Amino acid sequence: MIQLVPRSEVSTLWQFLTPVLAVLATMVAGGLLFWVMGYDPVAAIKTIFWDPLFGMASSYSRPQLLVKAAPLILIASGLAIGFRAGIWNIGAEGQYIIGAICGAAVALAAYPSEGMWIFPAMVVAGAAGGWAWGMIPATLRNWFGASEILVSLMLVYVAQRVAAWMAFGPMKNPEGFGFPGSRNLQQYPSASNPELIAGTGTHWGVVAAAVAVLATWFLMSRHIRGFHIRTAGLAPRAARFAGVKPETLVAFCLGLSGALAGMAGLFEVAGPAGQITDKIGVGYGFTAIIVAFLGRLHPVGILLAGLLLALTYIGGELAQLMLNLPAATVQVFQGMMLFFLLGFDLLTRFKIQRRVVA
Amino acid sequence: MAGAALFRAEGIGKSYPGVRANDDVSFDVAAGEIHALLGENGAGKSTLVKMIYGLVRPDEGAMTLAGQPHQPADPREARSQGVAMVFQHFSLFDALTVAENIALGMENPPARRELAARIAKVSQEFGLPLNPARRIVTLSAGERQRVEIIRCLLQNPRLLIMDEPTSVLTPQEAELLFATLRKLADQGTAILYISHKLEEIRAHCDRATILRHGKVVDSCDPRAHSARELAAMMVGGEMRLIDRTGRQAGDVLLEVRGLSLPAPNAEGTALKNVSLSLRAGEILGIGGVAGNGQEELLAALSGEMRSAPGMVALQGRDLGGSGPVHRRKAGLLTAPEDRLGHAAVPDFSLTENTLLTAGPRKGLVKNGLIDRAAAKNFAEAVIKGFDVRTPGPGTAARALSGGNLQKFVIGREVMQNPVVLVVNQPTWGVDAGAAASVRQSLLDLARSGAGVIVISQDLDELLELSDRFCALNEGRLSDPRPTEGLSLDEIGLMLGGAHGMEVAHI
Repeated sequence: MIQLVPRSEVSTLWQFLTPVLAVLATMVAGGLLFWVMGYDPVAAIKTIFWDPLFGMASSYSRPQLLVKAAPLILIASGLAIGFRAGIWNIGAEGQYIIGAICGAAVALAAYPSEGMWIFPAMVVAGAAGGWAWGMIPATLRNWFGASEILVSLMLVYVAQRVAAWMAFGPMKNPEGFGFPGSRNLQQYPSASNPELIAGTGTHWGVVAAAVAVLATWFLMSRHIRGFHIRTAGLAPRAARFAGVKPETLVAFCLGLSGALAGMAGLFEVAGPAGQITDKIGVGYGFTAIIVAFLGRLHPVGILLAGLLLALTYIGGELAQLMLNLPAATVQVFQGMMLFFLLGFDLLTRFKIQRRVVA
Repeated sequence: MAGAALFRAEGIGKSYPGVRANDDVSFDVAAGEIHALLGENGAGKSTLVKMIYGLVRPDEGAMTLAGQPHQPADPREARSQGVAMVFQHFSLFDALTVAENIALGMENPPARRELAARIAKVSQEFGLPLNPARRIVTLSAGERQRVEIIRCLLQNPRLLIMDEPTSVLTPQEAELLFATLRKLADQGTAILYISHKLEEIRAHCDRATILRHGKVVDSCDPRAHSARELAAMMVGGEMRLIDRTGRQAGDVLLEVRGLSLPAPNAEGTALKNVSLSLRAGEILGIGGVAGNGQEELLAALSGEMRSAPGMVALQGRDLGGSGPVHRRKAGLLTAPEDRLGHAAVPDFSLTENTLLTAGPRKGLVKNGLIDRAAAKNFAEAVIKGFDVRTPGPGTAARALSGGNLQKFVIGREVMQNPVVLVVNQPTWGVDAGAAASVRQSLLDLARSGAGVIVISQDLDELLELSDRFCALNEGRLSDPRPTEGLSLDEIGLMLGGAHGMEVAHI
């Protein structure tokens, strides 16, 4: 019999090494997979992890790195705070969609007037929308003890239906020749989220992500609220003893992660995506869960993990283009990464022992 | 009646870190005998029966069952040899029926119809009315216990262990239980009966073995002794004289009036109309058997469980509706029983653990921002002031021994200069040296003019520390009595839940 025995001491070194190992293992396992499928494994891995940064098309793909990483980092920063407290918001994707819709609604209502106030108001509306969508599972948990995992996840599908309704109904572009989707906000100067520094991909969402990383780091390591969040995750009774109301914490964590996800949605719809369509949700909210864990729920780790996962998005697209790899490659890669991370994590906390039958 | 010894224990010893749970325990139980194991909480009764039932292995000594060596590796082996046990807390599935629950506990359950017939037969034979088709959720505590007993009886045990069985029963149910036990004994089953309720032991048991601090102190026929004599054996005649000088009762600091709270969960105890008042310089001892509302009382005083306004007042200021932070700011501090996970976070350093409670009073948190240097200084001060043996304030709480962590937890509160400090089990599982220094620090705190409430199951500790003594019983607090001049049998009766005392008293 094989048995898992908890280790008495968890090595700090391994805490940092396991994400790196997980990435390496993903490369090896992914390479094997491609080889079995009849592709050149070395070329495939190189296309995904190397070419976007240093390959021929890197002048196009490098700015994309920040464009894709910004929403991941913004969302994951919020999620990680909840995860630290043992509050599992799995529905950031839904909060992202509702944030995008609420933010766009402000712009579409103001159209076509121009003004300095429009974009900030959109950001506020996006955050508020995501916050409100996150408060639904929080309220249901606090009032009825409903699992926030299930409720937040199911609300993603509700949000997707809302997006489809908006795209085909109330928000449909009246000058859109009958095509579904709202007006394109990129063509509406006061509402657009443009590239701020040409050729870098930096838009307001990137700035927000950077601020979020700094702010969550400050919250978690310097502020008593962050201390209480960590306490609640490690020892709920001690947290109550310290004066933490569990209900307040649930509302704070789900509200905050919802607001950040909503902002990410707004920056996306006002920038790279441009308009509300029924496909405004592209999975950032789910991928951000991987980012949060790969980054060890630590702001700096999330920054690095967000960039890495963004790389798999871009590299995956590139591999589709250059090597005809299937479109599911990216998801397979991201899934493997989380799988290996959790697997290696288990081994840092437990050791495998052969059970001696007495 | 009592024949040859069926079960015999010789020189049993068992140690846990910091505690000698059993020390050279020898006794025997005869077939057909109801044998009481009597002792205070923490006297080592539970450890002893867990060893007989195969849950714990003894460090030293030997046991025999019907002349054969008895060394069960696990409860299954103990059961196969004819040892059965009814626990204080039931392990039944609420959603299943009586028969289904019993089948689940059997190694080779017979067909359902046969099992139902056997259950009916046993329940009739021993006068334990029970319908096999009823679901557990619909049963009373007494009926649930019958399920556990019948589950045991179906194994035809030679030795039946009952762990404080009457604590959950009504008097009528208890009478029924004793009738059953007597029938069983008459058929030759040996019964080991654990309790600290003196009267029921005097009424129903043939012999008693008395444990104190893990040792057998006496063995007697309980019917030949008064409750007072049994209490004296259980508690121990000796009482240490300690220095209580330098303290004088001052103004009333803490006033608790009509504090009633529902049980926080299924395992918890509701607090029923608890009232007390505490003066400056005074130590109030609250005794009682575990699970009678000690944790809930501490939680209600710390603010973890919110009470209604008017129920708790500190120095005339109503704190009844306030949470832990407000109460701490006002000077009402607490130290819960469970060090790891409640009073301290195991994975946090000692510095971080100061932030759990000391933020407001020691200025470790300003405008929500953590002053790390101040927290580290305070942790170092506690370590120094309370002789906490640790490499430094950066050490994780879980790396400390029980005694050292307890000194840290108590020190963290004492050094915040509380107006009133409430501690639960301040020396539980702590070695003698650390226990003495914790007790001394509580005395010193009271000497400096604070009020102290000590909730404990250690009677020696309560007698050593407290000026007044009261007992917590099923969530009710008895009226306090001055410890001075309180006789041992009075204490034993207060603790044993002689409700007559309470009535006579009011």
